[in-house]
Amino acid sequence: MTDTKKGTMDRREVLRAIVAQRGDVLMVTGLGSATYDAGTVDHLNTFCLWGGMGAAAMMGLGLALAQPDRRVLVMTGDGEMLMGIGAFATIGAQRPKNLAIAVIDNEHYSETGMQPTHTRRGVSLAGVARECGFAGAETVYTEAELNAVVPKLFEGDGPFFAAIKVNTQRYPMSIRVRDGVHLKDRFRENLLGAERAYY
Amino acid sequence: MKQEPTPRLWPGEIFQALKRSDVKQVAYVPDAGHIELISNCEADADMTAVSLTTEEEGVAMLSGAWLGGDRGALLMQSSGVGNCINMLSVPLHCRMPLLMVVTMRGEWGEFNPWQLPMGQNAERVLQDMGVYVQRASHAEEVGQIVYAGAQLAFSSNCVVAVLLSQRLLGFKDWSK
Repeated sequence: MTDTKKGTMDRREVLRAIVAQRGDVLMVTGLGSATYDAGTVDHLNTFCLWGGMGAAAMMGLGLALAQPDRRVLVMTGDGEMLMGIGAFATIGAQRPKNLAIAVIDNEHYSETGMQPTHTRRGVSLAGVARECGFAGAETVYTEAELNAVVPKLFEGDGPFFAAIKVNTQRYPMSIRVRDGVHLKDRFRENLLGAERAYY
Repeated sequence: MKQEPTPRLWPGEIFQALKRSDVKQVAYVPDAGHIELISNCEADADMTAVSLTTEEEGVAMLSGAWLGGDRGALLMQSSGVGNCINMLSVPLHCRMPLLMVVTMRGEWGEFNPWQLPMGQNAERVLQDMGVYVQRASHAEEVGQIVYAGAQLAFSSNCVVAVLLSQRLLGFKDWSK
């Protein structure tokens, strides 16, 4: 299981490659770098978590169950995903067809001093997803592999999981809107319409 | 916890309260006190019941449900309250409604001392976080309290925990 390959892709280029194909996908991002990345390509169909570490995947499940006709994509980091690792089992048991999870895996806790996460030490999140019954689960290291996996985030039966290995490049935190009430209200208003969003 | 020998009506009344409140997603970690309610939710065509590995998953899941326009309820035992604390930041900060229905341990005639630290402190810990706690101790009031709690949560965008006293559930008398 120990993996000696290293991620070389740039996280922001990965993000741009993914959002270029987002269409009308509903997106949830996990706290930390994934949310900062998303802030550079802000969208009304994106809900960014700034807290609740470990929440992203399960938030995606609740959203996917509520909106079965829409594709839901969770983008988060390896540390955030590891904190909610039980979500793999819960989602694997539930098998929502419209849910995909992409972990931008730099194998480190970027926010707290670049301590290695378990994925640096050989734990395979795609392996966990696969054994939990996800319809598909892949780990990608190269641009060619990324280009092949991105369409699977948006179509085909889920739950689908991709660990996208990136380098440890850090970017300055983009101070974007982070008030949760505003983020929630604008997401719901855009999705449900004002009347239903505020009833 | 051992089930009472006589049939109890309040689990069905909780189910009816959830139905009347238009709850669509029910997340749970099983508890014997919730046996009938979980079966009712599983069997209902308009509800999705999701079994969790740990209770805080349900807090996150139902926050996502609310983003997507669904109302939800989270069922657990009092020992699960502690697992939820940090995750409650999400609905509390975002002012999202959340209805928790908690069966209590560690109070009325509890035989297992390991249940006491969480059971005795669950109510206070929830209140310290800013959760509105409503307690039901008598069978005839359970349905009403859950329904009122649901209205409070969904109309006022707040987190509400209805605690079902252990007294409702009975206890195993180990002195005999």
